Amino acid sequence: MSEDVYEIRLTVNGVPRSARAPARRLLSDFLRHDLGLTGTHVGCEHGVCGCCTVLLDGAPVRSCLMFAVSARAHEVTTVEGLGGPDGSLGPVQRAFQECHALQCGFCTPGFLVAVTALVRDARAAGRAGPTEEEVLEGISGNLCRCTGYQNIVKAVHRAADLMAEHGAEDGGEP
Amino acid sequence: MKPPPFTYHSPSSVEETLDVLAETGTDGKVLAGGQSLIPLMNMRLAAPAHLIDINGAGGLDVLRTSDDGVRVGATVRQARVERDAEVFRVQPLLRWATGFVAHPVVRNRGTVVGSLAHADPAGELPAVLALLDGTIEVVSRGARRTVTGRDFFAGPLESSLEPDELAVSAFFPALPDRAGASFAEVARRHGDFAVCGAAGLVELDDDLRVAAARVAYVSVGPNPVVLDLTEACGHRSPGATDWTRAADAARGRLDPGADIHASAEYRRHLAGVLTARVLGEAGARAHGAAASGDGAHSGALR
Repeated sequence: MSEDVYEIRLTVNGVPRSARAPARRLLSDFLRHDLGLTGTHVGCEHGVCGCCTVLLDGAPVRSCLMFAVSARAHEVTTVEGLGGPDGSLGPVQRAFQECHALQCGFCTPGFLVAVTALVRDARAAGRAGPTEEEVLEGISGNLCRCTGYQNIVKAVHRAADLMAEHGAEDGGEP
Repeated sequence: MKPPPFTYHSPSSVEETLDVLAETGTDGKVLAGGQSLIPLMNMRLAAPAHLIDINGAGGLDVLRTSDDGVRVGATVRQARVERDAEVFRVQPLLRWATGFVAHPVVRNRGTVVGSLAHADPAGELPAVLALLDGTIEVVSRGARRTVTGRDFFAGPLESSLEPDELAVSAFFPALPDRAGASFAEVARRHGDFAVCGAAGLVELDDDLRVAAARVAYVSVGPNPVVLDLTEACGHRSPGATDWTRAADAARGRLDPGADIHASAEYRRHLAGVLTARVLGEAGARAHGAAASGDGAHSGALR
């Protein structure tokens, strides 16, 4: 069967992007193969491992459980969008580095994206960061086969601290 | 692990959706959140020739609460229902049960109505709809019908939706006065498919004795099973009720199946344990709600 090809325009990490792909192209494959953004990793391709997590209009979703054609006109943030424009690490990335929250690194992009939203939401609710329970729930959908999770949990709290410090420097937070 | 080819439709209205559904018939499948459908397609267990993406259809992303209950439109995400304060006030069971649906990231995309239409016997939300005697609003070209949970769930992964029909919303009735609810399940890991789950509802009479006690079970049959366990509770106050008698009654009336995850006997055992747990908690919550309602009963809570 010959497949229809769609012009898929969306915003990725703040930049308007477009490419042509058939309707069955998963968003994860679209990001990696059509846009060359290989930071988003693909593990299980059925929604279990969490490696492919990206932000869709700010909310973390599984990019392997979404068709790229459904993401037309939406805003996607990948792990490439979490650092500074100069290549410097973002607060969640720095926290993971400081706390040794990764070993092989395969699952890390998914964790970084999920944790970015987790800490952001807690702070948006006027709190210093997510509670321990919220952290465990928040990362429960991401599998890591190396670390045993302890350092990842520490890194989430550290990321909240770093964001608070960063906010204080900006004068935006008490 | 790549989905098979399909023809993609993105109708811009419900009317257009119904036209496409009528044309594609049994070859068409509705795509809302896709959190159950896309894994099945990736694993090539499902291969619909036509996918009808309703996310742009308009008018379906509506979540409305009133004192009567909660109406959830077809593209409303589970996470939104879980977090909504008004939904929690009117029917708290929705938040408690939704918290067991996969993981938070999946709930950001997955929809409540999609979960109902998927009709997975391991699904939490079908059990909640069945327990509360909720309904699903179904439309097709020139027709509209309201289907009860009992009639909607036809078998494992099978609803009574006709190929040309679209489930546009689900209605979950409010928690009654002097009532409490609870949800519990056993899974190998939190977020996995339930080996067994239970949603319980306890209503009290004017003297704060158990007037009604019902439990809906997850993963205990091809469809959500609802048991009325009022008699076994003995019309006492929640604090004086021996919930294990209700658990015994439930074990005697359930006929769970066996699979790779659990034997029938183990499931029956879990169903009993969860019956006592959810009724005990729902009873305590009902008592708390009635007590804080303070003579005017819990009218003040609503």
